[in-house]
Order: sequence, then structure tokens, then C-alpha cells
Amino acid sequence: MSLAWDNGVRQFDYWAKVYQRTWKGSLISSFLVPLLYLAAMGVGLGTFVDGSGTNALGGVSYLQFLAPGLLAATGLQIAVSEATYPVMGGIKWHKTYFSMIATPLRSADVMYGQLGFIAFRVVSSCAVFLGVIALFGGLGSPLGLLGLPIALLVGMAVAAPVCAAATRLETDAGFAMIFRFGVLPMSLFSGAFFPVSQLPDAVEWLAYVAPLWHGVELTRDLSLGTFSLLPAIINVAYLLLWFAVGTRLAVTGLEKRLIS
Amino acid sequence: MATTLAARIVPIPSSGLRLVERNFLVYRRSWLVFVSGFFEPVFYLLSIGVGVAALVGDFTLAGGTVVSYTAFVAPAMLASSAMNGAIFDSTYNIFFKMKYLHLYDAILATPMRPWNVATGEITWALLRGACYSAAFIVVMLVMGLIDSWWALLALPVSVLIAFAFAAAGMALTTFMRSWQDFEFVQVSIMPMFLFSATFYPVETYPTAVQWIVEATPLYQGVALIRALTTGSVGWHLLIHVAYLAAMGGIGLYVASRRLGRLLLK
Repeated sequence: MSLAWDNGVRQFDYWAKVYQRTWKGSLISSFLVPLLYLAAMGVGLGTFVDGSGTNALGGVSYLQFLAPGLLAATGLQIAVSEATYPVMGGIKWHKTYFSMIATPLRSADVMYGQLGFIAFRVVSSCAVFLGVIALFGGLGSPLGLLGLPIALLVGMAVAAPVCAAATRLETDAGFAMIFRFGVLPMSLFSGAFFPVSQLPDAVEWLAYVAPLWHGVELTRDLSLGTFSLLPAIINVAYLLLWFAVGTRLAVTGLEKRLIS
Repeated sequence: MATTLAARIVPIPSSGLRLVERNFLVYRRSWLVFVSGFFEPVFYLLSIGVGVAALVGDFTLAGGTVVSYTAFVAPAMLASSAMNGAIFDSTYNIFFKMKYLHLYDAILATPMRPWNVATGEITWALLRGACYSAAFIVVMLVMGLIDSWWALLALPVSVLIAFAFAAAGMALTTFMRSWQDFEFVQVSIMPMFLFSATFYPVETYPTAVQWIVEATPLYQGVALIRALTTGSVGWHLLIHVAYLAAMGGIGLYVASRRLGRLLLK
């Protein structure tokens, strides 16, 4: 264990160095985009939702309903974008993974290091976004700040299986499919923008299967104080399951790809 | 015999259509990526236009027409997807072909000229966009979001929007130095998508902000298509048409001039 940890930390160090040179390029996607969504939907559209007289949100302002959901969705989006092209790049284009395993590092260490860096990207971006949400008045209670670890959990629950897919894909055309049929519909229909109970029954069940819904439930319940323990434990456990299985598959996938 | 030889030596008049054919041949192998592009605006329409609509209620347009929120958002999704598709085709794709594939260097070694390259790429982008737009208009029709026969014009108008953005995008791409510069594309596209009266009327903003919004090309497109699908049509719409046509024309001219300067040295 300690060896794996040690090796993972070394990998993280590598990614951190790379990020020192490229972080400016990630500012827009990881920070400005969710901020603009918050302004356009939460504040702009929110005035119409709040003024319409419908009570579908149970008396909560649209901004406070939306913001925790957007936080979880942002965690998801950053995680997936960091788990697609960089992983394929390590195998196919830059081939950094091959040079890494020419050292005492094993494929598993390489994957742990990659996942560690993804975690860093999710936490750092979401922390900034959470600060902005708080300034906008998007949090229902200070407990909403606990949305940060939840956003991280959502991100990792999806990043790990996406890494697993990236290690098995031959071309990046598959990523377009992951974004169009995975990330986008999940972001739009997992309860971040409107309650999933409004969806047709069959689609509603799809939303419950999607990891993001569990994250949105958790972040929103924490922020609005509608938190209760048992459902929360189930949500967390479900996300951890995705993460564990995904990580396993990512490690075996990378192993097969690098050593064959 | 003599004629075939002559045809080989003397540059035959060519047009951008050769490039359209080339793109078609390439895309035949990744048709799934092509087809899936249709779903993006539909997902937005279903989520915001149907899901969020239940929270919002009806909207009264500037002309006094009352429309459901879904009918309000749908034309904006059509205009935005025309913009997004055109920008994607004319920026990332063109840049990749220019810098990495060196495709245009090869093409310019044939009788084709920079003008053919510019018109060919843009024609392709428009054909592709027209497929998506037509499919989306059918979705709107099926969902009962179209109130007027004027909506038939929504297809040519979305092609016009695509033309304006594709030409301008291609012109700007010729100035890009590296992938980093594409951040500027994101920075201009994203706010336009969110704030160009796409999700709520422009009257929501303070007057000064309204002017800024109304000056953006996406707003011109949204206003135009929304007027057509809701049936509140008037002569003033021609101003929007002129704006978009001018933007496309200037973009096309600049793009072909710049391509010539970059590639024919």
C-alpha cells in the first residue's frame, strides 16, 4: 500500500508540474462557464420562475434550487474532460504513460496518479465556483459548503469509468459520444435544472441510475437543509460503487494497453 | 486523346464543390458523429424548454402575442445550434486541417484557389447545418411549437445564421496562433448562447445592456427565427437579414484573402 501511495504521489507531482504551465487555459471551461450559467439561469431565468406563482420547488428560490445542482454538474463535467483526452494522450499521442512505466512505476500507479490529478482539478475548480455561489446568495445554509466533497465524489464516480473507457478506445470519436449521450443529457436531466419528478416515468428511472442525480440530491439537501441520513448514505454508497468499479476497470484497461 | 491531355495540363475551372465532396467522403466514415450532432439542441429543448417550462409559465412577446415557454425557447435553440455547428466546423476543424493536416497546402497545389477553399469549406458547413436545422424544425412541428406558415423560412434563415458564423469563424481562425487562442471563441460564444434573449426576453435587461445584446449576431438570428415561428412578421426583420448577410460576406472575403496570404508564399 505504501509503495502504491508513494508512486501515486510521484505521478501527481508530474501532473501538477504540467498544470503549472497550462492552468490559464482551463480557467474558462472550469470557472467562467458555470459562472455564466449561474447568472443566466439562476438569476435571469430565476426571476421568471420565482415570479410565475408555481410552487413546484416548494417555496425555494430558483437560484438556491439550481446552484447546488450546478455545482455537482460542474464537478462531473470537469472530471470527464480530464479523464478523456489526457488519458488517450498518455497512451496514444504523447505516450507519456509508456515512459512512466519504464521506471519503477506500475500501470496501476500511473492510473492512480491520473485520478489524483483529476481529483485536484475538480476540487480546485469547484471550490472557486462554490465561493461564487455563496456570494450570489445561492446557498440555503452554510451546510451547503459541504457540497464541495460531494462534487468531488460525483466527479470521481464518473471519471474512473470514463478513464476505463479511454484506455479501451482506439480513437477519440468515442469521446464525442460520451459527451453527447452521457455528460450532456446527464447534466440536463439529473434534476439540476428542474425536479426529476417532472420527467416521464421511464426517463425518471434513467435519472436515478445516473450518478449525477445522486450528487445533485446530496448537494441540494445539504444546502437547503432537507438532509436525512439514510437516503444520503445510499447516495454516497452508490457513487462510491461507481468509483470503485470504475477504478478497477481503468487499472486493468491501462495494464492491458501498456503491457501487451 | 488531345482533349484529355489538355484537360490535364490546362487548369480546369474548379469550384469549392471539390472540397465539399472531399469532406463528404471523409465524414462517411464517421457518420455516427454526424448524426449525433442532431441530439444536442433537442436535449436542451427537452430539458429547458419542457422541464424548466413547467416552472416558468407563459411569455408575452413584445408584439403582444402570448406563447408557451417551450415555444419561446425552441427558436432560440435552433438559432444557437446553427451558430454552434458553424463555429465548430469553421474554427477547430479548419485550424486542424490548416496546421496539422496541411490539407490546404495540398489543395492549393491543384488548380483550386484560396477562394475555392473558403467557399468550399463554408458550403460544407452550411449543408451540414441545414441537415440539423431541418431535423430540428421537424421536432418543433411535432411538438406543436410552430404557429405560422412563416416557419417554412426558418430553414433558410438558420442557414443564413450558419453562413454568418461560419464565414466570420473561418476569417478569425486564420489569425489564430495556437489552440490557446480558441479560448476567445469560447469566451464569445458561451455568453451569446446564454444571454441573447435565448432563455428570457431581452426586455429583462436594463436598457444599456439591451443595446449590447441586440448588437450581437446571435440575437439577430434568435429574433428573426422567433418572429418566423411565432408568426409576428414585419418588414423590420429585413434588418436582421441584412446584418447577418453582411457579416457572412465580410467574413468570406477576409477568410479567402487571409488564406491566400498564409498559404501562397
